[in-house]
Amino acid sequence: MTSVPIAAAHGANDAHDPHATSTGLDNKKIAIWTFIGSECMLFASLISTYLIYKGRSKVGPFPHEVWTDPMTGQHMKAILNIPVTSASTFVLLMSSLAMVLALAAVQNKNLPKHTLGERILGSSQLWLLMTAVLGTTFLGFQAYEFTSFVHEGLTIRTNLFGSSFFTLTGFHGAHVTAGVIWLLTLLAIDRKRGLGPRDEVNVDIAALYWHFVDVVWIAIFTLIYLIK
Amino acid sequence: MADQAHTHAAASHEANAAHHGAGIAHEHPTWSTYWKVAVILTLITVVEVWISYLPVFSVSRAYVPSLLIMSAVKFAIVVMFYMHLKYDHRLFRVLFTGPLIVAMVTITALMFLFGKLAAKV
Repeated sequence: MTSVPIAAAHGANDAHDPHATSTGLDNKKIAIWTFIGSECMLFASLISTYLIYKGRSKVGPFPHEVWTDPMTGQHMKAILNIPVTSASTFVLLMSSLAMVLALAAVQNKNLPKHTLGERILGSSQLWLLMTAVLGTTFLGFQAYEFTSFVHEGLTIRTNLFGSSFFTLTGFHGAHVTAGVIWLLTLLAIDRKRGLGPRDEVNVDIAALYWHFVDVVWIAIFTLIYLIK
Repeated sequence: MADQAHTHAAASHEANAAHHGAGIAHEHPTWSTYWKVAVILTLITVVEVWISYLPVFSVSRAYVPSLLIMSAVKFAIVVMFYMHLKYDHRLFRVLFTGPLIVAMVTITALMFLFGKLAAKV
């Protein structure tokens, strides 16, 4: 694969731009980074809550330990399914790759594409669609996980683990859902009139949001699923 | 293909010149960088999951720190290369790392406050 320089997604404005700012930076990018900063603190509070309540549930099911219900004598295995979550983590990581390739395709839209490989790499519609599909797949994994937990007796009202787990991962899932809708909106615009370098900032802020959702999951996967 | 790369380089140079005028750093990752980052992220994830299945290692003192380090590396790689923070304007770095530090300090303080870290200190 050819190593091709890619113009990074900067919101620079020149002096002739009616949207030029005193900082020389695009307001949308400043806004999305500020928003992401605030989201860091939101998820920090949710992760803190989970970690504080960890190990303090009086009744099962528990995340990593087996439990026997004293009333019924029913045995409940550790409820977290690491193989399934590992697969969903991989899917979300790959969606970040697809997103960054979509942004690169938009930035380099006007450049000639001679080979099949260049046409594939340069197709913003393909990569936006791929990102949305991978995001939806991740949501499918989460729906499967939530459903199986409920069938195994864990709901948001069962114990402290259930309350903090469903709140944290539910908030993350809501963010992924919003991201998928955002991506599908961009895809619809791309199909209608085509996204080009002038839309770079709009795609870039969507990409930043998407990658942030990914990095939050990186933290959640380690702190909630892998650390016992 | 070489012409293509040259054209991209020229276009990138123009973009860089504009960005430079706006006081923005002008190094940029390449497509191959993005693929390499994806491979590295996948490999780290595989190692994370693999060590969680090693009975001896998963009960050792090194288990949690090694997972936290690997997670932090993945986090940093995505932020630097996919979110372009390594190449972007300093203001964006401040807007992100400032709240991130506050968030991490908050988590750590709460863990101490609720006795989650006390036994290990």
